[in-house]
Amino acid sequence: MVALRAFVITPKLLLAGLCALFLLVAPPFLSAYWVGLLTQVVILGILAMSLDLLIGYTGLPSLGHAGFFGVAAYGVGVLSTTYHAGMWTSIAGGFLAGTLLAALFGLIVSHVRDVYFLMITMALGMVLWGLSFRWIPVTGGDNGISGIPRLEGLIGLPASGPIPFYYIALLVFAACMLLMTLLVRSPFGLTLQGIREHEPRMRSLGFNTWLHGYLSYVCAGAFASIAGIMWAYYNGFVSPTYLELTASSELFLMVTLGGPATLVGPVIGAGAIVILKNVMSAYTARWLLILGIIYIVTILWAPQGLWNLGKRR
Amino acid sequence: MESRKATLIAALFALICAASVIAAQTGTPQTPIKIGFMVPLSGGNAQNGRDILNGFLMYLDEIGYKAGGRKIDLIVEDDEAIPAVGLTKARKLIERDEVHVMAGALLSSTGYALAPYITSMKIPMVYPVVSADDLTQRRRSEWIVRTGWSGSQPNHAFGEYVYQKLGVRSVVTVALDYAFGWESVGGFERTFVAQGGQLRQKIWVPISVHDFAPYLAQIPRDVDAVYALLLGRSALQFMRQYQEFGLKGRVQLIGGGTTTDEHVLPFMGDEALGAVTALHYSAALDTPENKQFAESYRTRYKKVPSYYSESMYTGGKWLIAAINAIDGRVEDRQALVDALRRVKPEGLPRGPMELDEYGNPIENVYIRRVERVNGQLQNTVIDTFPRVSQFWNFDPARYLSEPLYAR
Repeated sequence: MVALRAFVITPKLLLAGLCALFLLVAPPFLSAYWVGLLTQVVILGILAMSLDLLIGYTGLPSLGHAGFFGVAAYGVGVLSTTYHAGMWTSIAGGFLAGTLLAALFGLIVSHVRDVYFLMITMALGMVLWGLSFRWIPVTGGDNGISGIPRLEGLIGLPASGPIPFYYIALLVFAACMLLMTLLVRSPFGLTLQGIREHEPRMRSLGFNTWLHGYLSYVCAGAFASIAGIMWAYYNGFVSPTYLELTASSELFLMVTLGGPATLVGPVIGAGAIVILKNVMSAYTARWLLILGIIYIVTILWAPQGLWNLGKRR
Repeated sequence: MESRKATLIAALFALICAASVIAAQTGTPQTPIKIGFMVPLSGGNAQNGRDILNGFLMYLDEIGYKAGGRKIDLIVEDDEAIPAVGLTKARKLIERDEVHVMAGALLSSTGYALAPYITSMKIPMVYPVVSADDLTQRRRSEWIVRTGWSGSQPNHAFGEYVYQKLGVRSVVTVALDYAFGWESVGGFERTFVAQGGQLRQKIWVPISVHDFAPYLAQIPRDVDAVYALLLGRSALQFMRQYQEFGLKGRVQLIGGGTTTDEHVLPFMGDEALGAVTALHYSAALDTPENKQFAESYRTRYKKVPSYYSESMYTGGKWLIAAINAIDGRVEDRQALVDALRRVKPEGLPRGPMELDEYGNPIENVYIRRVERVNGQLQNTVIDTFPRVSQFWNFDPARYLSEPLYAR
């Protein structure tokens, strides 16, 4: 259904190409503020794609995905401020923290499916949030950790303006997107989609469905960690709000709004939410209402997400 | 069906494009002074944020949106009480709207998140409410001045007062479990214990607390007083349950100023009567300046001003005084931030105030008792500690070499 989509030049592909071109060439001509927003879009785009591996491709709806994102961000925050570690140590530390945690949590959550999966991931996400809030000597509690050095400065690029960091983020984004695309088209990725469609049948065909689900969870956690590292460097601080349930559910909305099982869709979803939120809130205090209406309209007319418009179920 | 979907996409993109076109039209030939302002205007802290904004709007109306011979443009943003959102909004205000000066923020976490950015952009900023001690102590920024208070500031005074004047010898604290709670209780504990008082137990409640029963059950009935540091819904719930548990009338209730602040007081009943708290403001403060402020606030917004409302009335007055002091030449940011630290406007609702060299106010701390006057609850001022510094009567250098108050 989704897996064997033939690639011909469709209007959609053209649109994606235009978006990519825009992300690549437009920033030098935009104001610093818009470049900042685009940086948020590409970083949250990585995060949304990583959740898409779970929701869209494996059929595992996770409501605790912001947890890995946040833990990786805290890894960078703690290592680079409290321990004054170098950049690569901080990045590696953040990545390992998020990924190993996913490997650990995966052992717990990979035995259940559907709504039970939703509930357990949500509970684990709340545990992580509680930890970030209460483990004060390490996380600074509610105040978070600020003063993370700028990434451009650390690798010797000029720290002037938001452009250098944007292109670093864009590069990381492109690499992650490529890796995830390869992943979902590999035999492993096809098996995941088979599990999503009919797990008992895959099992009777001899696939170890538990292991596939588990590995998909760990991969999603690893990509979320990369996004978390970038987010920590982008903002220069970390706080418990990164791991909140609202963060996880907003992420869920990015994926469902954009279109699960497409990778591109979640990026569009992330972009739409970030831009709409920031642009609308500048003009009206009722922007939450408008965002709500957009969600409802999408659910009614495009239940498969924006990117899946026009595709037959 | 297909065309409908296409319409939907088109509509969405049109919306985004239209918004960005409007967004691109900035700047007028005769430039007014642009003030960027942000508080939470949605979510659980929206009401406090609204109060802060109300105070500011009221002051700007009083001066006709003019200062230093220039018009004032106020640009308001909602920081949603989320630090990362606050930072994004600050970037928007500074980099896109090109504001000359910033004001606002409610939560300590947002205050800490903004500070490095504000410092790196060299934009003067006024924090009217954020009370995290270290913002004007160990982690202060030369670009940020605080016209509110630091969390431990009134509590240093209160610790001594409770021991000496109320004759309390043993206390149990019930406080919200985050930085604001730790710093308030820490300040109170320090001076109360130094006097010879005994702090029997510190009970920490999560900020999402719904039921105080498990915490109230822990309070020994033979303590002299219970110190409560709560705000918003948690304060209302606590007061009700304090009475239901039979503690009211048996154990004196004292606490931080927010517990009985006017943002919750009108929603309380007789259960709040007699509670003694300390803060740098009370809507019932009996001075001509405050009476006038409270009266016009009440007329305009149909409610009693809370300390949040007063915070940005005074903060606004401070900011405008600084702008006037440099004749509206706000483009000179260094001059503006110097003026912010130097000016000393008179006639503030809260009474006399000046800034110390760390950018924190030296101001009166009022001891208030909840009373019913003309059918309404109010925080009657029963004692005043004049000119209280954030360091109380300790030596600043030594104070700063010690760690910040924690759990």
